[in-house]
Amino acid sequence: MKIKNIIEQVMKSFFFICGMMTIIAMLTIAIYLIINGVPAIREVGLFNFLFGQIWAPVHSTEPQFGILPFILTSIYGTFGAVLIGVPIGLMTAIFLSKLSNPKISVVVNTAVELLAGIPSVVYGFIGLSVLVPLVRETFGLLSGATLFSAIIVLSIMILPNIINVSRVALAAVPTKYEEASYALGATKMETIFKVSMPAARSGIAAGVVLGIGRAIGEAMAVMMVAGNVANMPELFRGVRFLTTAIASELSYAAAGIHRNALFSIALVLFVFIIIINIVLNLLLKRGVK
Amino acid sequence: MNIITAKDLNLYYGSFQALKNITMDISAQNITAFIGPSGCGKSTFIRTLNRMNDLIPDVRITGDVTFLGENIYDKSVDATLLRKRVGMVFQAPNPFPMSIYDNIAYGPRIYGTKKRILLDEIVEKSLRDAAIWDEAKDRLKKSALSLSGGQQQRLCIARALAMQPEVLLMDEPTSALDPISTTKIEELVMELKKKYSIVIVTHNMQQAARISDYTAFFLLGELLENNNTNAIFSNPKDKRTEDYITGRFG
Repeated sequence: MKIKNIIEQVMKSFFFICGMMTIIAMLTIAIYLIINGVPAIREVGLFNFLFGQIWAPVHSTEPQFGILPFILTSIYGTFGAVLIGVPIGLMTAIFLSKLSNPKISVVVNTAVELLAGIPSVVYGFIGLSVLVPLVRETFGLLSGATLFSAIIVLSIMILPNIINVSRVALAAVPTKYEEASYALGATKMETIFKVSMPAARSGIAAGVVLGIGRAIGEAMAVMMVAGNVANMPELFRGVRFLTTAIASELSYAAAGIHRNALFSIALVLFVFIIIINIVLNLLLKRGVK
Repeated sequence: MNIITAKDLNLYYGSFQALKNITMDISAQNITAFIGPSGCGKSTFIRTLNRMNDLIPDVRITGDVTFLGENIYDKSVDATLLRKRVGMVFQAPNPFPMSIYDNIAYGPRIYGTKKRILLDEIVEKSLRDAAIWDEAKDRLKKSALSLSGGQQQRLCIARALAMQPEVLLMDEPTSALDPISTTKIEELVMELKKKYSIVIVTHNMQQAARISDYTAFFLLGELLENNNTNAIFSNPKDKRTEDYITGRFG
């Protein structure tokens, strides 16, 4: 009996420690970012850091650390990806949950799952070798590595998030609502748009927010197709995202304010992600009600 | 006068035959009750009258259902327009997760009524006709899900009435309700037969005896007996009908 009890206790503690691991990791990252990110913001000034338009960290006489170009690029890029990805993803989810027959659903679902599993470097590589030249030639640009290309790649990358979450939300709409709609003489489309979608709206919104989270956090793929230049964002110009600003300079940034400023960027990104997660949780909670 | 006539109606779910050669007339401006044990086909049959079975995959139907002289299974018939004219109330109350007002206005809106003043009128009239206006008038903007079960069911009746149907099909409308709510719905149904032809599926034989003018007894997909309600309950012709209504099986 005693040995059994000891084993119980040991296993309990073991599971508890495993459960604590995520919290420890999360806190370590947060504390590390704050310790390393705050000094540069202090030195540059919060306003100058967030709203400065020029990023010139290695300028010999007057280095500048304004990250507004990165912030705006990340926001525009994400917004653009949502603008393209959400309608396509939502229509796909409607198709899968309400319209297609089981055989086609299996094929499309498999494709969606594969799309979710493709590493982002592969997206970047294909974007670089197919999309970037295509954009250059279509729009007559010097380089096709632009915000536009990044938006296209991101909008494809967020499709699986939007499709999966919306599909589940739509499939969970009780049949009795749809039956009521048909019984009143509504067509299938009227029923989908006026009953099923409103009933699933918090789930659909959760899918969109997940997509936003994925788009804003993506580094590798956009680094390869966005040109990676610290310009203020324009659709057909090379741009740099918050994520790619860190990734592209961390390897050579000298210790001191330059390196610290990169941590500050990470801190800003972290705050963005936290906000997105809070919104997501609110939406999901509202869905449960 | 007969408003609906079924002739040699057979219905199959895949290879299972759920309705066998149903032939019956449904009388206008009266209440017709369908009774029978679970699985006898009464719910399936009522759903053939507004083509709700179209929505289930693998359903095959042979025979005719005529509504005001027109075969509703003819290829030229638009099932959505049919359902607008033949309203339906379901077993469990199923208001949309929207406001009371929007629930009633849903049907009229999809059929093109956009003007606020017209919708206001329809909403009030429908709620009055379904005897729920007094309880709902001060909370039209509140969610329909905040109503009690019995109120929700009357709201669903009001929602069906908003389309000004000619027939109202009710598939066990009180089986999920308490006795007081059931009484209210029964009184309402008796009132509604002045304007509408009503078909009601019920598990409750007392209910059929109380409110209906005609009663049809179904067993294992067949229509065994169909007569006026008094005759069925006082003098059933078929032994199995008698066994069922006297409670010997169910």
